[in-house]
Amino acid sequence: MWEVLEAIERWKGRGERVALATVVKVIGSAPRDVGAKMAVSSGGEMAGSVSGGCVEGAVFEIAQEVLRTGRPRLVRFGISDETAWDVGLACGGTIEVFVEPLP
Amino acid sequence: MNWFDWVREAIRKEEPLAVATVIRGPEAWLGAKWIIDPTGDGWGGIHPELDAQIRELAQRYLAIGHSGTASLSTLEGEVEVYIEAYVPAPLLIIVGGTHIGIALASIAKILGWRVYLVDPRRTFATPERFPHVDRLIHAWPDEVLPDLITSRTAVAVLTHDPKLDDPAVIAALQSPAFYVGALGSRKTSARRRERLRRKGISEEALARLHGPIGLDIGARTPEEIALSIMAEIIAEQSRLRQVVQAAAPEEASP
Repeated sequence: MWEVLEAIERWKGRGERVALATVVKVIGSAPRDVGAKMAVSSGGEMAGSVSGGCVEGAVFEIAQEVLRTGRPRLVRFGISDETAWDVGLACGGTIEVFVEPLP
Repeated sequence: MNWFDWVREAIRKEEPLAVATVIRGPEAWLGAKWIIDPTGDGWGGIHPELDAQIRELAQRYLAIGHSGTASLSTLEGEVEVYIEAYVPAPLLIIVGGTHIGIALASIAKILGWRVYLVDPRRTFATPERFPHVDRLIHAWPDEVLPDLITSRTAVAVLTHDPKLDDPAVIAALQSPAFYVGALGSRKTSARRRERLRRKGISEEALARLHGPIGLDIGARTPEEIALSIMAEIIAEQSRLRQVVQAAAPEEASP
């Protein structure tokens, strides 16, 4: 969390809304451990990471949707798993990312 | 205060705190939060039956610094909860405000560590030379180290001066520090071990000392040596994590 805290404070200071994405589950080999975080602002900025850059684009889109609806979402990314965004992890692992609006 | 304020406060005060979140289950519960401190005190909650189970799990996760998910049963159905243990960042204590120390402090901060610098010599340990450290401590190492070190502390002794180095190494070896390293060539390190033996330090304690300090990556410059030291600290941290995980297999589903 510390790695995204500064950016979150900055965005909140400007009155923007923030969504937080957290890796909650890792199955097999994945670039980031459980607890890895990425924050996204309503102004379209991002900080931190949940993978090695493979799924950040998709998580960014989901975060924008979560900010619009105010409803959290659990998303699964895996190489064998066809997601609507057509992204996956090159390393062959599967991760689950929980995306929620910050209060 | 909302849950995020609690987390921010805990990180700022360097206090441990667990946050539990419903990630699967009845739609209305999705995203529900509990905040639990190591004593079991908390904030939030959605269901008395669930609250007790989560409090117990959170305390267990906090004790080992583990984050993960757990599936819990309620009358309303299965609920999956993600519990994150926020534990203070590990601490690196650098003894000696040397050039290698400056580079080591910067590298450790990039990795998210807390960094303290201990050196009684005020000309070495200045805020100008060490803008990144969390604390500058002008004191003799053996006087302050025992109170600062926990099992999540690494100590790098870098003064190159036996009258500062030796007491620091002895204090660190007698502490629960998970890593103790001291700068010096093979010859210097061998002489240091001999001095420490004469001072009654046991072979078992000496075996914990990394000296020459740092992984052998052929480091030449102070910055490269700092990198080799940090790499050795991370290697030791990973080795110990594997030991802990092998001894206590995860109870939560992967």
